Amino acid sequence: MTIADFRYPRGPAAPGVGVGFKAEHFEPIVETRPKLGFFEVHAENYMGAGGPPHRRLDAIRELYPLSLHGVGLSIGSPGPLDQAHLGRLAAVARRFEPALVSEHLAWSTHEGAFFNDLLPLPYTLETLVRVADHIDEVQNALRRTMLLENPSTYVVFAESTFAETDFLREIARRTGCGLLLDVNNVFVSAANHAYDPYRYLAEFPLEAVGEVHLAGYAEDSDDAGLPLLIDAHNSPVRDPVWALYGEAIRRLGATPTLIEWDNDLPVWPALLDEARRAGRVIAAAAAKNPKRVDAV
Amino acid sequence: MPFEATISAFAAALGEPSAAPPAMTRGRLGAPDARRFSVYRNNVAVGLIGALEARYPVSRRIAGDDAFRALARAFVRAQKPRSPVMIAYGEDFPEFVAAHAGAEPCLPDVARLENAWVEAYHAEDAPAATIGALAELSPDCLPGTRIAFHPATRLLRFSTPAASIWASRQGGDGPAAPVQAMAEEALVTRPDSEVRVRILPPLGYEFALSLREGATLAEAALGLDDAEFDFGTHLVGLVESGAVASLIPGSPS
Repeated sequence: MTIADFRYPRGPAAPGVGVGFKAEHFEPIVETRPKLGFFEVHAENYMGAGGPPHRRLDAIRELYPLSLHGVGLSIGSPGPLDQAHLGRLAAVARRFEPALVSEHLAWSTHEGAFFNDLLPLPYTLETLVRVADHIDEVQNALRRTMLLENPSTYVVFAESTFAETDFLREIARRTGCGLLLDVNNVFVSAANHAYDPYRYLAEFPLEAVGEVHLAGYAEDSDDAGLPLLIDAHNSPVRDPVWALYGEAIRRLGATPTLIEWDNDLPVWPALLDEARRAGRVIAAAAAKNPKRVDAV
Repeated sequence: MPFEATISAFAAALGEPSAAPPAMTRGRLGAPDARRFSVYRNNVAVGLIGALEARYPVSRRIAGDDAFRALARAFVRAQKPRSPVMIAYGEDFPEFVAAHAGAEPCLPDVARLENAWVEAYHAEDAPAATIGALAELSPDCLPGTRIAFHPATRLLRFSTPAASIWASRQGGDGPAAPVQAMAEEALVTRPDSEVRVRILPPLGYEFALSLREGATLAEAALGLDDAEFDFGTHLVGLVESGAVASLIPGSPS
């Protein structure tokens, strides 16, 4: 068996639970080597020329499969993709051979200015064609399929003619890409636009889902004084999101699941507890319906 | 409304704090909603200001949180990142600080040092030359030897004691140790995984700068026009600090 056999260049990630990797947690991870399905990183954080970030990720990569999550490609832009950035993403994917590569149904760059946020787009035939073209381009550059994540949104657009679930289904059908179902985003958007998150889930093209995200939200209110949930990634996953996740896993079967916690980082054991809780949800679904769900 | 026009209007409103929410956006009551749109505007500002706070922690301590935030907010309004690779965002911040900061004369210099630190941290990996490699050079070859610097190496000249101030403010917000009021020059290196900052001895900056521009050791030393200058000590210092990738021997003299 060669070294390459131990790596996970393609195909599904271990159907387990992963967490977002942060440098602050590097030491407890390599010292205790907890049983986890994978680690996920933001691709852009590894686009420097070299240095400690690359070394830490090399060390993590020796121990676990990786998921590469892009936050800067601006797939939802009307303009062309940034070719230099696509090249950088392909180079990071070549170097670290992630099991999964994902990006967002969102835009972040306009006329050369990068806004460092995941911004919403209308869902029309015109935007569908553009997004599908961009995904074709990404998949050709990476020579593999990618996963596209549903956004959390605070506004919608008057000109939209597709429901988000129909838009994502059609993107997946046209491009062959998979989908990343962010359950917290489903809950946040449903609360913000007053629809039933369980109905959204029922209408979601679950057959295309290759990964699930979980995170914490924050609470605010809008001009009308109505509740507005913010996708903050700065707290534990909230109870109603755990409940929605349980329903998603019952429908999906065992699916790689990530705990995202990017701001106000917890100590490592607290993050690991969140991952263990997701693992118990998957195990409970497996016990109830052993045919659908593989044990993890 | 065509896609391009919708996104252009959205982008324009993001950059203008007093602008109304874009007309084609809808909140829960079927109309544009300023508070909802401001979540996006706020995310953009908080994210970019946060990137500057992370890149310039000592500058922030020196300026104070409020003054630093005001500077960062003004910078963010004036300059959006030109790339999604945020590692590079804020490299122009020291010049902006120099043009806009008031009371603290050391602030632009400290910010330059912090920026050099981040550049060194993310620089290309390469082995650094060792003292052993220096010892192997025959003394005959030494005068004609040239230096290839390590990709992480940065040379900085300050008009303030910025390196001492930077070092004295590493611990937190407590009172800083007193610093002698004299201009300093610094060498930033990262031969392996740790970034190092050294204050250069007198003439060390000129010597290293001349070597970086391609001079031989003899040319760099003679160019200083100082009979007391001992290039051996300075060369050992550069190699020990990890600033040197390789020594390119000259022909025996």
